[in-house]
Amino acid sequence: MAVLVNKNSKVIVQGFTGTEGTFHATQMIEYGTNVVGGVTPGKGGTLHLDRPVFNTVKNAVDTTGADVSIIFVPPAFAADAIMEAADGGIKVIICITEGIPVQDMVKARAFIENKDCRLIGPNCPGIITAGEAKVGIMPGFIFKKGRIGVVSKSGTLTYEAADQAVKAGLGISTAIGIGGDPIIGTTTKEAVELLMNDPETDGIIMIGEIGGSLEAEAANWLKDNMRKPVVGFIAGQTAPPGRRMGHAGAIIGGADDTAAAKMKIMAECGIHVVASPADIGKTMAAVLKK
Amino acid sequence: MNLHEYQAKELLKRFNVPTQEGIAVDKVDNALNAYKQLAVDNGTKFAVVKAQIHAGGRGKGTMKEVPEQHGVQVVKSAEDVERVAKNILGNTLVTIQTGAVGKVVHKILVAKDMYYDGPSERKEFYLSILLDRAKKQNVIMYSTEGGMDIEEVAHSTPEKIFKEWVAPNMQLQGYQARNIAFNLGLSGDAFKNMVKFVTNLYNAYVTLDCSILEINPLFKSADDKIFAVDCKMNLDENALIRHNDLADLRDKLEEDPTEVEAGEYNLNYVKLDGNVGCMVNGAGLAMATMDMIKLAGGEPANFLDVGGSANAQTVEAGFRIILKDPNVKAILINIFGGIVRCDRVAAGVIEAYKKLGNISIPIIVRLQGTNAEEAKKLIVESGLEVQSAILLSEAADLVQKAVMA
Repeated sequence: MAVLVNKNSKVIVQGFTGTEGTFHATQMIEYGTNVVGGVTPGKGGTLHLDRPVFNTVKNAVDTTGADVSIIFVPPAFAADAIMEAADGGIKVIICITEGIPVQDMVKARAFIENKDCRLIGPNCPGIITAGEAKVGIMPGFIFKKGRIGVVSKSGTLTYEAADQAVKAGLGISTAIGIGGDPIIGTTTKEAVELLMNDPETDGIIMIGEIGGSLEAEAANWLKDNMRKPVVGFIAGQTAPPGRRMGHAGAIIGGADDTAAAKMKIMAECGIHVVASPADIGKTMAAVLKK
Repeated sequence: MNLHEYQAKELLKRFNVPTQEGIAVDKVDNALNAYKQLAVDNGTKFAVVKAQIHAGGRGKGTMKEVPEQHGVQVVKSAEDVERVAKNILGNTLVTIQTGAVGKVVHKILVAKDMYYDGPSERKEFYLSILLDRAKKQNVIMYSTEGGMDIEEVAHSTPEKIFKEWVAPNMQLQGYQARNIAFNLGLSGDAFKNMVKFVTNLYNAYVTLDCSILEINPLFKSADDKIFAVDCKMNLDENALIRHNDLADLRDKLEEDPTEVEAGEYNLNYVKLDGNVGCMVNGAGLAMATMDMIKLAGGEPANFLDVGGSANAQTVEAGFRIILKDPNVKAILINIFGGIVRCDRVAAGVIEAYKKLGNISIPIIVRLQGTNAEEAKKLIVESGLEVQSAILLSEAADLVQKAVMA
């Protein structure tokens, strides 16, 4: 079953009929994801990609029984889309949108706090459970089925790690892109915990970057819960302080959120930390052989 | 997006946040007029001239061309104003935050002197509002130790730093504003003025979509008024979509010209000091590639994320931007093709390379993912002096060879 999404997930696409939504919905359907419809306000009652379009998330959930939503709504309206999904009864909300104003996410994050749902992202590549469901924008063919889970703040670095794991003779159970924004729904620690409890995952690759304290929080949790090996990498060892490195959250604010500080605490907590991004896959393979 | 002090103060006025009054000018004559208007006409000879650059430490910083001139200077006469304005305008201010290169000053703020005498003691406080990422809430951080380096205060006397978190979807509550005024040791009119000040300031922070709003010093005058004497404001660039007027406040003169140019091509570029340039798709992979360059014995010359659409135009723009840096001894292109097909990126690299001609430094192209083998074949068959790799470890080896050569 792996985690968060699987072959039984019923997925809707918010921003279904837009360029991004159409392109990636098509790709997800080709992968075999059970896309049951989509939402575009004002286009309810029509068909798109042979699937029904709804005006509201609530309509979509009531009609299709959808439990997962993926959001391709432009940044100015994305926080609203997250809140609508939570209010409409979606259990796993995956927000791909990059560039959401931070104060919008402060509100949306607080809004979903007491709702029975989990938010992944925003500014993330989504989730893929290999061979079952791709609810994201990643190239599906890289993620060959296997028993390694991936948690990452970055898109292409997730593909890189998955590819290395596959080339090292391993494969992927579920890869979770948690996103690179300052405020995100699911933290590194929460995603690692899901994979730690997943019977179909034997090892975890945890990829972080400069900025914030999510990796340290995950490391501290892992110290007492390391039932499977974890290989870690932090991007941005050469990043200058005070400069935003692409991702809105990737900025060194103090001594604690440098790559060096994160790598140190991760190593102290028992994570197999690699300095080079080229070593992620082979280190995972070596650690599993022990 | 950083704003100048004078721009930030103008914005605060909209929210009824009292600030030290001033007039921003870019000519000596206008500085003299401003001095007359702000000081002489108000019956005082005192005023302050402040260099306007996007960096802190201006008061202690000095002008490269006139080493005895600081970036902030109290003036007592028209002659003073003329001399100081001439010393600063068009010259380069070096502060602890600018690095040795410094920043050219294009504007000065002539401001009222707030340190006049009166019935009570003058005081300088510190206050900033920012996002607490861990708590997912905005936090107001403040201290009685104003006018100083707050990181030093936080380090040596953490008990002097207070924090007030504001619940999401709520305004700053009255009791919280009172907490702040009490903790700063205020009473009477000063207390009331501070409560109003922080309430209005928090509204400004949220309404303007600030990332950081820092008032240091936050000043209590000798007649118990509260003013922002300095203001550092940084706006959330993601939120500029709903603030067209604020987007116009961007001062491109303050930014690295190459970074500005990259922005025009939708490339995310940060200039660094190293010798190996890189061009990568995705921010995380771009940072990881920089790290790998370092481990291979080089130093990254830049961060450059070409985003999800690496084509001939973006690759060419990337090449042009990286090649502007004379320190660059090699370039590594690292693309992980997903939706983007590697053979198309390779075709783009070949096209851009031919168009630019005469690239004298080694180019290493690592293409992995969708159609990686086809891409490698295209590059090998192109006959260009481009080294091709598929695995990240191969790319690292090639960088090492290029750096050692």
